[in-house]
Amino acid sequence: MKNALNIVYLIPLLPLVGFLINGLLRKHLSKSMISVVGCGTILVSFALSIVMFLQVKNGDGGTIEYFNFISVGELTIPFAFQIDQLSSLFLLIITGVGFLIHVYSTSYMQEEKPEHFGRYFSYLNLFVFSMLLLVMGANYVIMFIGWEGVGLCSYLLIGYWFKNNEYNKAANKAFVMNRIGDLAFLIAIFWIIAKTGGVNYGEVFAFAPKLSGTDATIITLLLFVGAAGKSAQIPLYTWLPDAMAGPTPVSALIHAATMVTAGIYMIARSNVLYSLSEVSMNVVAIVGLATALLAATIALKQNDIKKVLAYSTVSQLGYMFLALGVGAYSAGVFHVMTHAFFKALLFLAAGSVIHAMSGEQDIRNMGGLSKKIRITFITFLIGCIAIAGIPPFSGFFSKDAILLNALLVDSHDGSFSIKGIILYGVALFTALLTAFYMFRLLFITFSGTFRGTEEQKHHIHESPAPMTIPLIILAVLSIIGGLIGIPDAIVKGGDKFTEFLSPVIAQRAGHPVSHSTEYMLMGLSTVLVGITIIVAWRQYRNYKRKEATGFAKVLEDKWYVDEFYEKIIVKPLHNFGGFLKNVFEKLVVDGLVNGVGRMVNYGGRQFRLLQSGQVGSYVLLMVLSMVIIFLVQFFLRK
Amino acid sequence: MTITITQILFWILSVAALFSALMVITSKNPVHSVLWLIATFFSISGHYILLSAQFLAVVNIIVYAGAIMVLFLFVIMLMNLNRETEPQKNRWIKMAGAIAGGCLLLVLVASLKNVESASTIEDVKGGDVGFIKRLGKELFSTYVVPFEISSILFLSAMVGAVVIGKKE
Amino acid sequence: MPITHYIILSLALFSIGIVGVLTRRNAIIIFMCIELMLNAVNLLLVAFSKMHNYAAIKAAADQKLPITEAILNTGSEGQIFVFFIMVVAAAEVTVGLAIIVMMYRNIHSVDVNFLNRLKH
Repeated sequence: MKNALNIVYLIPLLPLVGFLINGLLRKHLSKSMISVVGCGTILVSFALSIVMFLQVKNGDGGTIEYFNFISVGELTIPFAFQIDQLSSLFLLIITGVGFLIHVYSTSYMQEEKPEHFGRYFSYLNLFVFSMLLLVMGANYVIMFIGWEGVGLCSYLLIGYWFKNNEYNKAANKAFVMNRIGDLAFLIAIFWIIAKTGGVNYGEVFAFAPKLSGTDATIITLLLFVGAAGKSAQIPLYTWLPDAMAGPTPVSALIHAATMVTAGIYMIARSNVLYSLSEVSMNVVAIVGLATALLAATIALKQNDIKKVLAYSTVSQLGYMFLALGVGAYSAGVFHVMTHAFFKALLFLAAGSVIHAMSGEQDIRNMGGLSKKIRITFITFLIGCIAIAGIPPFSGFFSKDAILLNALLVDSHDGSFSIKGIILYGVALFTALLTAFYMFRLLFITFSGTFRGTEEQKHHIHESPAPMTIPLIILAVLSIIGGLIGIPDAIVKGGDKFTEFLSPVIAQRAGHPVSHSTEYMLMGLSTVLVGITIIVAWRQYRNYKRKEATGFAKVLEDKWYVDEFYEKIIVKPLHNFGGFLKNVFEKLVVDGLVNGVGRMVNYGGRQFRLLQSGQVGSYVLLMVLSMVIIFLVQFFLRK
Repeated sequence: MTITITQILFWILSVAALFSALMVITSKNPVHSVLWLIATFFSISGHYILLSAQFLAVVNIIVYAGAIMVLFLFVIMLMNLNRETEPQKNRWIKMAGAIAGGCLLLVLVASLKNVESASTIEDVKGGDVGFIKRLGKELFSTYVVPFEISSILFLSAMVGAVVIGKKE
Repeated sequence: MPITHYIILSLALFSIGIVGVLTRRNAIIIFMCIELMLNAVNLLLVAFSKMHNYAAIKAAADQKLPITEAILNTGSEGQIFVFFIMVVAAAEVTVGLAIIVMMYRNIHSVDVNFLNRLKH
């Protein structure tokens, strides 16, 4: 198995090939061919990823250098892949979930024209390629290439239905907001190069202890801004809900399972740097928690099935950042994994619902669907339970690990710090909100009576097998996915996940909390979540449409954050742009450009007189030119 | 410093050449111009003799002053050009031309005045490079091919002149 | 005589030729001025030829070397060149005068200002 690293380049290469085939030949291939190419490449990549994973598990990871990507002065940036615990895990998630979503898409996008169908799959393959590059790169520059690639694909896929201008606007918004984060990331890379003289993870982390505190803080904060852009954290989160304009499988793949977790990956990857800066850790934790809470409150009152899931994603990402911020990197990555399962499941199930409802996304027009689309309902229910955190579903373990680690922050002797208690309290409250809005969504959608039109009612049907099979697989994963990270309190040595990641991620020393306390905390959260679900059931099992008022209205309108941004940032920028366009452009730029043109015109008209046709004047000019040439030569030689 | 006969002749010939050259461009009557040009060529031939280039001096007189200038004279008389028919440029253009030429002279002199200022030309024993015997040998041995080619040039010039000159 | 004298004389003749070209409108006079310029150049060539010849012979004599045929021939290229210039000038005059005659026949003038169709 040692030689498996030699073919690691195939993992990203195959999706790239798929992208090229589907992209270039989309007008000539049939839909089934496109599906085969699109899914097949990812499937092979997935198989190779499993091989890699097993190899890494045996301790045979490593870095493979291909060629010198950039070589400037002292700085050499190799094009290299790094296969270790962290990247192999992400490889599995990306290719595995990615494959399921590809399969799902073959059915979901069936109504598209063949060339658009091919376009869709080529984008999807390109996305997978970029994402693989992002996680496999052995330095920040390769990561950045992938980072930009996924941003591009995200843009392309959000604006997939480019004939709808609203969707284009959403795509632009996502792109611009990501760009803000990317800029910070780029500056961070420059800073790293300036301070450490390299970008390879190995070199940078080896150099890290010699970094000054300020440098470490600045670098990590800049990296975090980049991560916040990509992973939709305050203040750059508003693009993610709008990104739901894309096809639902895209939301599942890019805006829930993989791309948005790139920020988590980046920070987990840089955990050595983050551990150097207390300030950055606190910022990450607080921003993460604030985002989790804010997004959860907004999700309470959303009526678009995908919007609820989008805010839920933002909230869960906040959770992951909280985990990173309190130093529980492996808990954060664990949550990335379980979240990839259940959120992809929820999105795909939502897609199935939308499919059944002939494109309807407003849950106020649904209701009572549980009997008609049985598989979708059950899988959706499993997803809800998983995200709410009921044991033994996957969400429970990862969320519990985050809560516990939040509580234990700054604690060295088993007693809890005030900071820890506050973080824990807010995080737990957010978890309850999560359970509430997810079950609200579930009940409004699936129970009660149908509230849509007769036509829709007549049309409701279960989705075909290519859609339900991924749902079932993801549901199974959502149930059992958490079992690889069972805390020590329940099964001794059950936390295989943390153990697996330990070579790349620094662990906090010791386990200062007693098992009984841990049981108590688990019980507490489980009971509270259970109560919340019952409350949600009582309130929403027979949902009647009514207008939101008061505070609910504020929540429904997303705390008016978009409007706030509009007023504070977009409007002034717009006005500034208008000023530039109307005043600066017209007077200065146009003046310059037209001036040059007018000058040439005038000069031409004047110089034209020189061409009189008179031989005499030509000779005169010739003589004068000779004089000038002699003069120049005469003076230059002096 | 003694003034040799050569120097005296040099200065006389120089003044004559320059004066007659100026007269060429200032005479109103084209026929006079031609005659002054012949005078110039004679002075230049005199210079050639001073430089002991007898062959060229003779050729200059025969070909230039003789053949070519007679051709000019012939054409001018054929066209019946005289003082009255002579077109004149306006004064400003003349002045501009004169100034431009003067500038050129100034610049050329300025840039060339230091060239090998030490070199002088004197008659030395055996300095017979311009004699017909020596040049003839050179011309018909080393330069025989260009010499023959120049005959073709003449032929083509003749043909050209006939073609251009004939009526339609 | 210092070579500088010849240089200045030649330049003066040349410049007079140029002034003639610039100030006159009669095509024949302009043509004559060109001949004058050619002659100025010829004069300079002969002067240089003589200068080199003299320098070579003098150097040989100073070093008590035998004066060979090659040394005596130094500088003859310049005079050969002048010879060829005269040949070409003669040919040029033939064709040039033919053109002027042709022009006179067509526009009944030798004024170059009538020849302003170069700009078309």
